Amino acid sequence: MEHTSLLERILRGAALTLVVIFFMFPIVWIFMMSFQTNETILRIPPQLVFEPTLANYTALITGKLTTASGTLDIAFMRNLWNSVFLSTTSVAVALLLGVPAAYAFARHKFRGSEDIAFTLLSFRFAPALLVLLPLTLYFQKLGLANTYIGLIWVYQLICLPLILWIVRGYFEDIPADIEYAYRIAGHSWFATFRKIALPLAGPGIAAAGLLAFIFAWNNFVFALVLASADKQPVTVGALAFITSSGIQYGQISAAIVLSITPTLALALYAQRYLVEGLSLGAVKG
Amino acid sequence: MSASALTISGVDKFYGPIDRGVHAVQNLTMEIGKGEIVALLGSSGCGKTSTLRMIAGFEEVSRGAISVAGRQVHRLAPVKRNVAMAFEGYSLYPPLTVRENMAFALKAARLPKSEVDAKVASIAKLLEIEDILERYPSSISGGQQQRASLGRALIREADLHLLDEPMGQLEPQLRAVLRGRIKHFIKERGLTAILVTHDQTEANALADRIAVMEGGVLQQFDTSDRIKQRPANLFTGTFVGEPPMNVFEAYVGTAAGKINLRLPDGLSLDYDREAFSGPVRDALLNRERVVIGVRPYAVRRSKDGVPATVSANQWLGDQTHIAADFAGGSLVLVEHDRTRLELGAPINVSIDPKNLHVFDQASGKAISHGMELA
Repeated sequence: MEHTSLLERILRGAALTLVVIFFMFPIVWIFMMSFQTNETILRIPPQLVFEPTLANYTALITGKLTTASGTLDIAFMRNLWNSVFLSTTSVAVALLLGVPAAYAFARHKFRGSEDIAFTLLSFRFAPALLVLLPLTLYFQKLGLANTYIGLIWVYQLICLPLILWIVRGYFEDIPADIEYAYRIAGHSWFATFRKIALPLAGPGIAAAGLLAFIFAWNNFVFALVLASADKQPVTVGALAFITSSGIQYGQISAAIVLSITPTLALALYAQRYLVEGLSLGAVKG
Repeated sequence: MSASALTISGVDKFYGPIDRGVHAVQNLTMEIGKGEIVALLGSSGCGKTSTLRMIAGFEEVSRGAISVAGRQVHRLAPVKRNVAMAFEGYSLYPPLTVRENMAFALKAARLPKSEVDAKVASIAKLLEIEDILERYPSSISGGQQQRASLGRALIREADLHLLDEPMGQLEPQLRAVLRGRIKHFIKERGLTAILVTHDQTEANALADRIAVMEGGVLQQFDTSDRIKQRPANLFTGTFVGEPPMNVFEAYVGTAAGKINLRLPDGLSLDYDREAFSGPVRDALLNRERVVIGVRPYAVRRSKDGVPATVSANQWLGDQTHIAADFAGGSLVLVEHDRTRLELGAPINVSIDPKNLHVFDQASGKAISHGMELA
């Protein structure tokens, strides 16, 4: 950056600040709201100075929501746990199924392989609402409605295509000869898959898993229809804050802060993998 | 050279459906003896790499059979074929150092560590990569990666060593040195090696026999001398040899007791009937049209020769390449002294019938080489 003038640097700084403010403002504002009562939130004009309170967080963690018309039971912590459990298990199942499938699609061209891969991708094209009604009917018949297994199954619609297609690309980027070299030196194809292909595609698998986790975490409509209160994730659980005596903005904000923390932490931690994943080109022979 | 190390019989390779896909290798049959070094020589897309990969087991054999050391292997997985291979794209494992890359095949064979270390050290010395053994593939140059990959193949004990363009990335001096050492190494241990290359110098220097391939068809499989002196057809004639053989279409005629090979532009090479041996003379006179070929170093300048016009004159430091417009085409001749010839200068060239290669005009098959029938 030796050739940038002072003016250029100032302009660049200003532009960066603008972008950061634009994207960070909602998060910062929600973070601030989570420490305020409904009254201070709804003050007009809004004020930056307020007396912080932990009441919102206490209410969420204890599960007792005090409103003008009495005390309500909310299952927020249960919802948070549901989100963690559903997303983690779904991603784990999708990785277990998707990574070997991605390897097969990347390395072996068999009859109809492209069609199958595309069909799986097309699950992401169809709006969820389109399949929701028949799915609900089937699930009720099969006894899968309102079960974790049923939800994890449906979550595969979200996770599996993502993982399959991203990881497939990473496998295709590994020169096949690296694997051949390992196989010809006296190793089976399964050993090659485990010792060569998996480690080399590792960053890509991590990136795909992370992305799938975020998508699963953010899912709303499947869980809304297919799960009742005790199986609902936070995305649906947040609806409970719209009460008969008004919308509990403080609690909603606190709930959002709590529910984005895991994904945010994961994203920050896995940033390294995402960058590593993008520089996989270093492998090329 | 007693037992057969590799037998390829009637192998076809189709990419796509059999008989309808791309026919990359056509009815290939060859036999390689134990301890032999064979080069598969050809231009890109001639089927040489497909052949190598079928032997290694990375490509399916569409038809035919391959045996290594007497075992039919073409239906076996690569791991069961007991062959070692050096890849054109090096294919080193990025997470392992050069030393680990070279050693892991031996580890799979459960050799003791001291023996592995000794082997790695000796191969590294041979290939001059001792100083980079602890480095990772991404931090070394292409030439070093190629040597590491070659080392990884040579270190193994296998029935067959397959080397795909093993020295393409090396500097010329190093290449010349390594060629000698690698040949010595292979011969000393009695290994059998198949080398794929498009570089005829490499094929000549390393291989006992050369298999020239083109369009998926084996053109000729012979020693380098015989391929040069007795090319089986027009393709090997023009493909092997530097600079390439000069070829011209000619009409065979007789006039005034002489045999005339009439070239375009009204030129004619006239020879006494006795200049050819009996069988060659008969073969020539039986045909109306032939293709004649002559190596550049066999073209002589002489006063009573056929006229040509110099179009280029290059002194390469040890020989002169003169190109001349001749008979509607171009003729190249090589002389060992520096020749001062201006562009456009008229010269006269003659070709000794002993150096004349005659090919069939339609099929390209060789008819005669000098005084002998093909």
